[in-house]
Amino acid sequence: MTIAETQPNPARTKAGEPVVNDFSITIATKNGSGSQTANATLLRALFKMGIPVSGKNLFPSNIQGLPTWYTIRASKEGFIARRQRAEVLVAMNKATVLDDVQKLESGGVCVYSDSLGYTPNRDDITFYKIPAGKLADASGLAGKLRGYAENMAYVGVLIYLLGIDLEEVKAALTWQFKGKAKAIEPNIKTINAAIDWAKETLTKNDSFKVERMNNTGGLIMIDGNTAAALGAIYGGVSFVAWYPITPATSLADALNFYLPSLRTDPENKTPTYSVVQAEDELAALGMVLGAGWAGARSMTSTSGPGISLMSEFAGYGYFAEIPAVIWDIQRMGPSTGLPTRVSQGDVLPTYFLGHGDTKNVILLPGSVKECFEFGWRAFDLAERLQTPVFILSDLDIGMNQWMSEPFDYPEGEMDRGKVLTKEDLERLGGKWARYRDVDGDGIGWRTLPGTDHPMAAYFTRGTGHTEMATYSERPEDWEKNMERLGRKFETARKLAPAPVEDRVEGAEIGLIGYGSTDPAIIEARSRLAAKGVKTSYLRLRALPLSESVESFIRAHDRVYVVELNTDAQVAQLVRLDAPELAGRVFPLNHNDGLPLTARWIVEALEKMEA
Amino acid sequence: MTTVNAPKSNTKVNKLGLEKAVYKGLESTLCNGCGHDSISARIIDACFDLGIRSEFIAKFSGIGCSSKSPAYFLSRSHGFNSLHGRMPSVATGAMVANRELTGIGVSGDGDTGSIGFGQFKHAIRRNAPMVYIIENNGVYGLTKGQFSATSDVGQELKHAGINELPPIDLCLEAIVADCGFVARSFAGDPKQVTTLLKAALSFKGTAVLDIISPCVTFNDKDESTKSYSWGKAHNEHVIDATFVPYFEEIIVDYAPGEAKEVELHDGSKIVLKKLDRAHDATDRMAAIKLLEEAKHKQQFITGLIYINQSRADLREQEHLPETPLVHLPAAKLRPSKDSLVKLMEGMK
Ligand SMILES: Cc1ncc(C[n+]2csc(CCOP(=O)(O)OP(=O)(O)O)c2C)c(N)n1
Ligand code: SF4
Repeated sequence: MTIAETQPNPARTKAGEPVVNDFSITIATKNGSGSQTANATLLRALFKMGIPVSGKNLFPSNIQGLPTWYTIRASKEGFIARRQRAEVLVAMNKATVLDDVQKLESGGVCVYSDSLGYTPNRDDITFYKIPAGKLADASGLAGKLRGYAENMAYVGVLIYLLGIDLEEVKAALTWQFKGKAKAIEPNIKTINAAIDWAKETLTKNDSFKVERMNNTGGLIMIDGNTAAALGAIYGGVSFVAWYPITPATSLADALNFYLPSLRTDPENKTPTYSVVQAEDELAALGMVLGAGWAGARSMTSTSGPGISLMSEFAGYGYFAEIPAVIWDIQRMGPSTGLPTRVSQGDVLPTYFLGHGDTKNVILLPGSVKECFEFGWRAFDLAERLQTPVFILSDLDIGMNQWMSEPFDYPEGEMDRGKVLTKEDLERLGGKWARYRDVDGDGIGWRTLPGTDHPMAAYFTRGTGHTEMATYSERPEDWEKNMERLGRKFETARKLAPAPVEDRVEGAEIGLIGYGSTDPAIIEARSRLAAKGVKTSYLRLRALPLSESVESFIRAHDRVYVVELNTDAQVAQLVRLDAPELAGRVFPLNHNDGLPLTARWIVEALEKMEA
Repeated sequence: MTTVNAPKSNTKVNKLGLEKAVYKGLESTLCNGCGHDSISARIIDACFDLGIRSEFIAKFSGIGCSSKSPAYFLSRSHGFNSLHGRMPSVATGAMVANRELTGIGVSGDGDTGSIGFGQFKHAIRRNAPMVYIIENNGVYGLTKGQFSATSDVGQELKHAGINELPPIDLCLEAIVADCGFVARSFAGDPKQVTTLLKAALSFKGTAVLDIISPCVTFNDKDESTKSYSWGKAHNEHVIDATFVPYFEEIIVDYAPGEAKEVELHDGSKIVLKKLDRAHDATDRMAAIKLLEEAKHKQQFITGLIYINQSRADLREQEHLPETPLVHLPAAKLRPSKDSLVKLMEGMK
């Protein structure tokens, strides 16, 4: 056992004063070492102790062997963004231990496995060496499974050191293994052995601990991709075509997992949906457009590289006016880029995806709850607007675990949009025009193939067309059609989810953000407020930009657009939409593949303000 | 029924009481004499003869002169002129979404053999229910005369020069991808094309028809294997197929052993009569061998080359409900509030 001199972090605690429910834990392991169960157990136990938490997996694009980090943030104030540095480190990976220890907050704690051959090299950190391998003996497991059990050794030690409720850990394990005693028992045995060993051997010499609170009652814990899939299912999705890509795959996985139980017709035991794994993303969107054209609620999910491949079909869907829902779980960079790292780099390319004047409708969920909500709402919008609707989530929201209020059941009836039935056509005497703007909102009426009326059919094409959907190269037909599409875009501006605003009396600074940066912005605003810096906040939830964005900019001297990309993509769009106000709009963008932190926002903003 | 026209005294009507004009489309804008137009005419014939309800047909195509043609037949059918090479995926989605639709896909040899080769193979692999017609002219028509993947070695084109690459045999590719209905024909052979189309329309999975369809503007020289004169001179039927719709009695009378009857899922029948070559269209290896040999000897063999109805089509694989997905009411599409509450409880 090695216990170094404790140097409490002067910034965070007075010497000896305990730090309760307000720190981050980083668990450094290797990909494929089976630590997910241990980490998820810890997260859930803290959550069930009523402490606000978030869990983030920082993992490499690799199946086995490369370093992986899991960070758990416990925050009594309810801040759940990533923190730049952790106070508690569990070091289980020899390859990264030196670096991991270096990144610890001063005054922090390091629990490390004796198998690393590591000798502590910081004197402002409290070190605890644990015989993880030996403790795993208690599991009674052999081979690979025994290796997995080693992870339970650090769970046991953390239970002792931090004061985590053992009963909640047991409950979390039971929950994880769905009550299967055979799987649960070896883990409990290891945990117990580790606790006993720690009690006997370790002297608690740091100030970090957890205590039961009452701040997570009634909340659920879920990842954004599962939330999105459930949203789609409650939105009545009936056709899905997709192609595997990280970090979108778990969305399709969740669809495949939940659809059979939620969407099997109880009367005849048949599925009310179809999921097809396509040969590539081009085919995926082609199938989705085919099904959407035929009248089914259809969707696909992908990430950046898939979005590029879908470009031609996206432009087609926009111009031929076919409903479709496309989820983009954004990741970093082109090609494979950094496929397991987060970014908000697809905003501009997706907004303009297509060719020949395309501006797409985009939804921007900022939480798992919004992933669910937009999951169903997107179908209403796509069918109402007769256009592909994109939903830009990202790896952080999509693949990490988030606390949330339980999801609300979709309100109202499904909006199936403007569809003329056989009866409508009879009433109209068969007189109708597919692309005529009868209602002044830019949206025409469509018929579905299989409508039993001799005048129902029309011809769908990407080429120039008249109101009657007949081929045309006449300049005035083209212009008229593009004008109508412009009108439709203005309709979309009104129908898309409005931004969420928090305007603060007397604030000179406005922040605009969207998507997964929301928690970091919330926390940054609170830190800034503590320093006497007032900020207003507008969180975008859709493109086209709502008209309220302009008034928000007018109400502030300086507006910073916070986002996770290099080209300040939404800042550019905001400037484009309100050119006379462009001088007040500044980018506050960052792009390092990691979820944004409040610290970065505060520091970057202070630099800009200086 | 609103769609049935009252039969007029002097015009021929089909079993629905519809005149042939009902099955026509807009006037073609293709070159005079283009093979694609005769195929459109055969689609009209076949649908008229069978008494098909056009309202329940959906037409799909990619991009090319060939792919324009769905505008020129069945004006009462919805059409989807999609993207170059991407017709199969669009058709696949629509066919799953509405199981009441019969799909007719039209593509070119460039559309299918090059840019859309992957989608062609995968649609077949899935057994997407549709008639897949390739209007094969051995050249890119719409982009004015480049070589396609089915151009012959040594074929000469005005601007492109001489082709050195071996052609892809799309029938062979279809069989290799486990297609259950593979036929080859010639646009200048109306009787055969119509018969094969009728049979294809009654087939349950993907039915591929590779129809040599001369491009009179860019590839109709006598020595081209995709020309009218070559087709006329070399067209060799390997099988004499007679299609008998389910509502008709079989009246063809063959000596025992001379003909084979294949019943299709809708009750119609194909009677296959062996000709000199004695090809057995239900034998996959024989079909592959036949095509390989024909390719080697530059023979132009036509007819139903392979038929096998054993594979489940995509609709069956997906266990689709009786009611088309597009007609399911909201109550079947949106699970109950209760179920969401329960789910949420489980995530607490
Ligand atoms: C993505 C894309 N690339 C290229 C084209 C241009 N293009 C249009 S038709 C065509 C070839 C058509 O040839 P084929 O399919 O053989 O049909 P044909 O005109 O001979 O009937 C090409 C290359 C296109 N429309 N889209
Ligand atoms: S160019 Fe060739 S393929 Fe195109 S319409 Fe003319 S003849 Fe037909």
